[in-house]
Amino acid sequence: MRLNKPLLSVRDIVFVRDHETVLDKINFELQSGDVLQVQGANGSGKTTLLRILTTALRPTSGDILYSGQLVSQCRFNYLSRILFLGHQTGVKLSLSVAQNLAWMSGQNSAADRFAEALKVAALTDYARVACQKLSAGQQRRVALAQLLLSEADIWYLDEPYTALDKEGVEMVNKCMDLHRKRGGAVVLSTHQKVTMDSLRTFSLMSPVLGANG
Amino acid sequence: MGTPHAYGFWAYLLRDLSLANHRRGEVASPLVFLLMATTFIPLGIGPQSELLSSIAPGIIWVLALLTTLLSVEGLFSRDYHDGSLEQMLISPQILVMPVLGKVTAHWVVTGLPLTLFSPFLGLLLSLPSDGYLPLAVGLALGTGCLSLLASVGAALTVTLQQSALLLTLIVMPLYMPVIIFGSSVAQYGVDGLNWMEPLAALGAMLALMLALCPLAVAGILRLTTIN
Amino acid sequence: MNWTWFYRMGSPKWFYQTTSKMLPILLAVTASLLLVGLVWGLGFAPQDAKQGNSFRIIYLHVPASLLALAGYFLMAIAGAIGLIWRMKLSYMVMKCAAPLGAVLTFIALFTGAVWGKPTWGSYWVWDARVTSMLILLFLYLGVLALGSAFQSQDVANKASAILALVGTVNIPIIYKSVDWWFTLHQPSTIKFTEAPSMHPDMFHPLLVMILGFYCFYAVALCLAVRVEILNRERRSQWVRDVIGQADKGNRGVFR
Repeated sequence: MRLNKPLLSVRDIVFVRDHETVLDKINFELQSGDVLQVQGANGSGKTTLLRILTTALRPTSGDILYSGQLVSQCRFNYLSRILFLGHQTGVKLSLSVAQNLAWMSGQNSAADRFAEALKVAALTDYARVACQKLSAGQQRRVALAQLLLSEADIWYLDEPYTALDKEGVEMVNKCMDLHRKRGGAVVLSTHQKVTMDSLRTFSLMSPVLGANG
Repeated sequence: MGTPHAYGFWAYLLRDLSLANHRRGEVASPLVFLLMATTFIPLGIGPQSELLSSIAPGIIWVLALLTTLLSVEGLFSRDYHDGSLEQMLISPQILVMPVLGKVTAHWVVTGLPLTLFSPFLGLLLSLPSDGYLPLAVGLALGTGCLSLLASVGAALTVTLQQSALLLTLIVMPLYMPVIIFGSSVAQYGVDGLNWMEPLAALGAMLALMLALCPLAVAGILRLTTIN
Repeated sequence: MNWTWFYRMGSPKWFYQTTSKMLPILLAVTASLLLVGLVWGLGFAPQDAKQGNSFRIIYLHVPASLLALAGYFLMAIAGAIGLIWRMKLSYMVMKCAAPLGAVLTFIALFTGAVWGKPTWGSYWVWDARVTSMLILLFLYLGVLALGSAFQSQDVANKASAILALVGTVNIPIIYKSVDWWFTLHQPSTIKFTEAPSMHPDMFHPLLVMILGFYCFYAVALCLAVRVEILNRERRSQWVRDVIGQADKGNRGVFR
């Protein structure tokens, strides 16, 4: 059916902040080709969980395994193969669209793929424009354009649909679909409705893995 | 960033320089402050040459110190607020390299112009002619120390609003040895003594700071920025 | 090796209960040491040949300076333990040591100024020791200010601990450079009455005072940490019991 070893294995993650237990024994597995939506009300710990998964935050206890190995022991390998898109996108407003995209995608993408990414993100006409002149939605799409150039295995997307219109949302879904067909996996957090086939969901109020669709 | 590229020292240095280029006005203002403050000194204490030349090395160093503190505030907080810092934290590259790149960019934009300006400042304050070279050499090494130590303060106060005063309070005690040895270099030069001696101490401090400060900054950023 | 004793010591509840038993004794020891030291030093020790009676301020000045410096290292070590072992109690000790040390540094500077006026003619003289003490005060103030600037207690703990450690690394550098600077600028340095060249009749009360100050520091720190524990753990059952007992009329301070 799928790989023997899951791509990502999360075991008993607990996170306590200032005497408050934000995450209590989170357990799930991610196979390649999965798109996992983390659900939960605002403040329920969705961003915290994603940050723990990207190792930006250290959990109070628990383990994360990538392809069967503890992340703490294969840090370079793991971090080279993940992509994180957070609430703030890392777009530098004083630089142009092309400069930002080049930085985010590693400055070594082939010219035609780069142009294709700009086209899908509807930013071809703005390639040389400084990002501070763009609208909020367009700025988001600059960051999202890197999804088309990324070679990462696992994507962690925190509220990817923020500030996007219908076309933007479709673009994100299309990117995720392409990614999963190539064998990658996505963990995204959003309280909006996600329309995708075979979407898995994970709710932070009652952390029991569910399947949708 | 998900690709196995490793953005190291040079990438961050060049990027920060490019970003500074887009903020030329903001970047130049501490240096303008330096110039204006230097002109206030003779206005405040009297324009007699002997008086000015006796205090010129010390005054220039104190002003260099204040200028560095003024310019360092946004070093990490800009990246923190637009999400770049988090990307730095989760990149496979060890955090010390980007930090060193950014601090070096800060030095290129603040300390280096300061060093190059210093003969002019010496002129304004009647620095004796023997003092010009030691002043410039001392500042070249010393402003490196100042940038490194200021980056520690900047890292501790990244998430805080209006942190300029707190940053100054934190970094001032750490600056004491730098200003002591730094101004001694120039003063020795003026007095005709061997200014290589305090310069050696200053160089040793720069080496120590170069080894320790980026490590401290990386640790501080990891522990205190994402919560 | 069995480390459970170490981890048990990290429990705030254990600290509170142990100090409840220890503090009455420690307080008695402190009071007697300070009393003996003060009476002996201020009243019975012989007059100094050069300074007359004004030298007696050293019975406050020297212990305060020693404790100020030792207190900084204690604060830094507590911070380091908190960072390495993530021990909440250690962070509380660090947080309470900061204002205590700052006040002691201020006392040292103040008594130094008081000493300076009759002895050398002015309240403030820039020399190596005084300048180093002043910088120590700034280091303390920095840790205090940083610790109270954050909203999250966790982040405040870590930031203060790191700053305290950075300061610790710098203290020897600062002291040595200030020392060098002043031997440069004041070749005929003012000589304080150094301990080895002190007459034993003046030195013994000083020892008693130093010991008394150490005990006083321990008492003050324990009291401050106890309050901090009660504050931070106020939602737990054992704290509610303690407060309940106090309410019921059991007015003992060390309950």
